[in-house]
Amino acid sequence: MEVAQPGVSVIKPGMLTTIQDTGRWGFQARGVPVAGPMDPVSHRVANALVGNARDAALLEVTLLGPELEFEDERLVAVAGADFDLSLDGRPAALHAPFTVAAGSRLRFGARRLGARAYLAVSGGIAVTPTLGSRSTHLISAMGGLGGRALLAGDRLPLGDPSLRHGVALAPQEAITALPEGRATIRVLAGPQTDRFTADALEMLQSAPYTVGRDSDRMGFRLEGLPLTYARGAEIISDATPLGVLQVPSSGQPILLMADRQTTGGYPKIATVIAADIAIAGQLAPSDAIVFRVCTAADALKALIVQERALMALEGPRP
Amino acid sequence: MSTPYRIVPAGDSALIVEFEERIDPGVNARTIACADAIQAAAIGGVRDVVPTYRSVAVYFDPLHTDGEALTACLEREAARPPSAASAARPAVRIPVCYGGDLGPDLAAVAAFAGVSESEVVRLHAAEHYRVFMLGFVPGFAYLGIVDRRIAMPRHATPRVRVPSGSVGIAGVQTGIYSAETPGGWQLIGRTPVKPFDPGREPPFLLKAGDAVQFYSIDRAEYDRWR
Repeated sequence: MEVAQPGVSVIKPGMLTTIQDTGRWGFQARGVPVAGPMDPVSHRVANALVGNARDAALLEVTLLGPELEFEDERLVAVAGADFDLSLDGRPAALHAPFTVAAGSRLRFGARRLGARAYLAVSGGIAVTPTLGSRSTHLISAMGGLGGRALLAGDRLPLGDPSLRHGVALAPQEAITALPEGRATIRVLAGPQTDRFTADALEMLQSAPYTVGRDSDRMGFRLEGLPLTYARGAEIISDATPLGVLQVPSSGQPILLMADRQTTGGYPKIATVIAADIAIAGQLAPSDAIVFRVCTAADALKALIVQERALMALEGPRP
Repeated sequence: MSTPYRIVPAGDSALIVEFEERIDPGVNARTIACADAIQAAAIGGVRDVVPTYRSVAVYFDPLHTDGEALTACLEREAARPPSAASAARPAVRIPVCYGGDLGPDLAAVAAFAGVSESEVVRLHAAEHYRVFMLGFVPGFAYLGIVDRRIAMPRHATPRVRVPSGSVGIAGVQTGIYSAETPGGWQLIGRTPVKPFDPGREPPFLLKAGDAVQFYSIDRAEYDRWR
């Protein structure tokens, strides 16, 4: 690009730092995964804190955070996982907007709780969208910066901060309670519960499942009581929604998350409710999940409660 | 005769319309027509409509969707009797350089079928395939139905890396790897055409319901295409 846009330089990339907006919707029929934030609530909070649009692109930080240098003055905010944060060596607060000056360095330090933090910068990260979205999808190397996680030496172009939709907010309480090694996650039965033995849903709820080591943005491999099919191990491949629990023939469920493929051939016993995706997104390997089956009414009520909290935080928007 | 179907929720943000549980061109045509009609209804809050072999997933934002209107639309479109077969679309013709280092499993497929390599090529290129669905990676089309004689099962151990453009067989399915990924299909050739190129307009070569026919090109022509 010829126009010199202000940007952010990546001094240290962190373990897995990716650019994410609200996801690449509308192309799953062509096999394009949605991607987007693992914890969509904290994503929305971070953008709100700096007055960005809800779908502005920001950085999702995983377990070990980055160090960044800003080229111009910006408002920034970090929501989600609880990290030590320092700006030019002085502590900075989570869930609160603060100004960074040109040349300032923001560093993520020790992590106490949660797995993923969201760093929003006023104006958003202005990489070129692919199929209408800036979200990084790692497996298909699409979106973000070259379809990959950030590397040291990268430079991220920033958008025009004067285009921001709202105003900066006062410090906020986190909306998603961060899991302390264990989270209770509510599911609805379906879409293929009838593929399993009659007691499978009870089995799913009877003891915690552990998030396995090879879990990533595509999904969490869970370890716990095996679930048993009532009939064939494979279905004709069909769509794989966010939060669905697909069960391969080992009986150990896989919780499909942001980077899941669009389709899959394993039976799906239950699906995490939309309101609980955020807390699932804060889990790390070796954390435990207690599943609870709820009703559609419970699911909607939980989502409305969450939406009210988010809207109260965002305030009136144009 | 009405088509059997059922509508099942997948969580609180998706509904699935399921038709008969078999891989069949007629069932798949019904599925795609249903998905197209749901898409055309443009119900507020619907985020994505995804047809697969025999089901349609409708993703929506539960806080911004009139659930009753959506369910009524799905019921109406699922129950709608299949229309008379619409005029067959012309097949998308895709060049393939078969065999050699671009198709390392061609000899194995020939041995499996008990025919010559050129007969495998003839059989693979003779068929008009149907795009049953896309999935796996962006632009990857599941095509069928492959002639039974060359319908070799996939490798027990997948290759770590399959080059983009590779044309493979897995049982009665065939397809083109649209990105470099791991994969277990029997690779019989490679096409210089990209099934997916985000910088091209349109970015996707194929959509569900399309007809596809492969034709054989030699290595010199393959290199010229590239």
